[in-house]
Amino acid sequence: MNLDSISFYFFAALAVISAILVVTRRNAVHSAIFLVTALLATAGIFLQLHAEFLFIVQVILYVGGIMVLFIFVIMLVNLDVAARQMQFNRMWLVALSLTVALGAQVYMVFHYAHSGVMEALFRLPAAPAAALEPNAEAVGISLFTEYMLPFEVASVLLLVAMIGAVVMAKRKV
Amino acid sequence: MLETIYTFFKPHLLPLLYALVIVAVLPLLAGYVVLLERKVMADMQARLGPMRVGPHGLLQPIADAVKLLMKEDIIPESADKWIFWLAPLLSVTAGMVAMAALPFGPVFQIANLNVGLLFILGVGSMGIYGIVLGGWASNSHYSLLGALRSAAQLVSYETAAGMAVVSGVILGGTLNTSALVNVQADQHVWFIFVAPIGFFLYLVASIAETNRAPFDLPEAESELVAGYMTEYSGFRWALYFLAEYTNMIVVASIATTLFLGGWLRPFAGTKAFNFLDYVPMLLMLLVAGYSLYRAPKQPVPIQKMVMVAVAGLCFGLAAILAAPVFIKTGIIGAMMPGVHGAFWFLFKVGIYLYVFLWLRFTFPRYRFDQLMKLGWHFLIPVSIVNVFGVAIASYLHRTEENGGHGWNLWAAILLTTAITFVIAAWLAKKGDRPPAGPVTAEKF
Repeated sequence: MNLDSISFYFFAALAVISAILVVTRRNAVHSAIFLVTALLATAGIFLQLHAEFLFIVQVILYVGGIMVLFIFVIMLVNLDVAARQMQFNRMWLVALSLTVALGAQVYMVFHYAHSGVMEALFRLPAAPAAALEPNAEAVGISLFTEYMLPFEVASVLLLVAMIGAVVMAKRKV
Repeated sequence: MLETIYTFFKPHLLPLLYALVIVAVLPLLAGYVVLLERKVMADMQARLGPMRVGPHGLLQPIADAVKLLMKEDIIPESADKWIFWLAPLLSVTAGMVAMAALPFGPVFQIANLNVGLLFILGVGSMGIYGIVLGGWASNSHYSLLGALRSAAQLVSYETAAGMAVVSGVILGGTLNTSALVNVQADQHVWFIFVAPIGFFLYLVASIAETNRAPFDLPEAESELVAGYMTEYSGFRWALYFLAEYTNMIVVASIATTLFLGGWLRPFAGTKAFNFLDYVPMLLMLLVAGYSLYRAPKQPVPIQKMVMVAVAGLCFGLAAILAAPVFIKTGIIGAMMPGVHGAFWFLFKVGIYLYVFLWLRFTFPRYRFDQLMKLGWHFLIPVSIVNVFGVAIASYLHRTEENGGHGWNLWAAILLTTAITFVIAAWLAKKGDRPPAGPVTAEKF
């Protein structure tokens, strides 16, 4: 057991446990805190896989974005009322069957990957960590050469959303 | 067994040691920054400041820490206990984790991350969670208002700070903190001279981000009692203060790394200025000599002893700083970049912090709408224009083989900085004008 696998299992367990707590907590602020923990643990897994850029983007965008969620919760949700409402709806049978189906799929992937029937399909060869190039640069270069058009389209989309929000929020003068 | 543990930890020993040093020294450093702040404030207001505990108040931080440790820790009855307990810890942890990627010298760095600069910015800004959660969990209106103000302020000023950092990153071409310093060493210029407007924007935005005066609205005493920490007492309150000073040191270190040449000596590449290597040692000797000179004049024997101890400490530091200058060979000579790098880095961080204090005691506090206006109508537009300016300058400066125009660096910088400055002045002038027409209730 080396440090890599220890940190992987630590972050994975943290992510799963806090993801469960996000849906089971009654208090919306507590849920938001556990969402932060779940996202941070996911960021930790990215870092353990040597995807530094993905790690820091996860921290800045997702974990930082929850800040706004907090403000919404504090300003919009009436926590006293929310605590008395029913927490889960009655569709649990549907949810259970979907969960079982998904679980079976995941199990099958692992089973076949290890038994060797379709090993080539499920098991991608892992690149050695030392051979990876610095990936912040790699992401930047591919964004501005290979994926230039999609990148610009996405930027324009964000700009449109921003202008739309400003127009909707602005009062008539 | 022991062998396995040793081989397991061997690659992590040095970073662990560095981390321990930082965690141990940081609270002490923060305490003395508080003392420095009180002394500078006293100096600017023609007072003496703390004088009772130790000679010239030198032991005041330790007395304060002991007092805060022994104070009763009150948790309000209707507070959210867990979050109330967690919030100050979050703030301190975020600040300390951000320190991991700071290069205090060419050697003294815990983690040399490829995305170090983004790491410091991202993790450092997570300290705001501590403030918002603490303010919310206190279940008090003053605290909640302080917390919401803090969140709004961070969201507004982080954009400007990020853009200011981008202007430095364009010049350096990397996000790695120690590589940024090496680039400045190779180009023989600190980025403050190449991107002065970027540095100014970062200075303003970093004061706002650390909730310092004149932008300290989250804890505005005249309006909100103590803002988000109204309900905190004792050591938890001290943790918030530790977090604030840690964040100050972190933003000062970012500015030092990015704009002020990090651990580099002034004129690091020039042989003619090698005499500057003697400056750290002479500075320490000067402080030591002054302490010895003042020691007999202290009224109480124990204060005389403290003064002599300070002098001894400074003599020791002077010896450490002097050894690699005079003995250039062997292990002592190899210590030169590490020891002097740490000195220059901390020296620049100290100057940056002094500017923080200076601004605090010079300007009155902003009103909240003025704060928002300054952020959104001035800093963010100027920072975006500044990024364009720096990018154009570095494009013009690039040699023609690399697709640029091969201009002289200073000509390109002067041109784009002048244009950015004109736009900034126009924005500032536009902001000063009162809104046209009579101001009626409907307009607000």
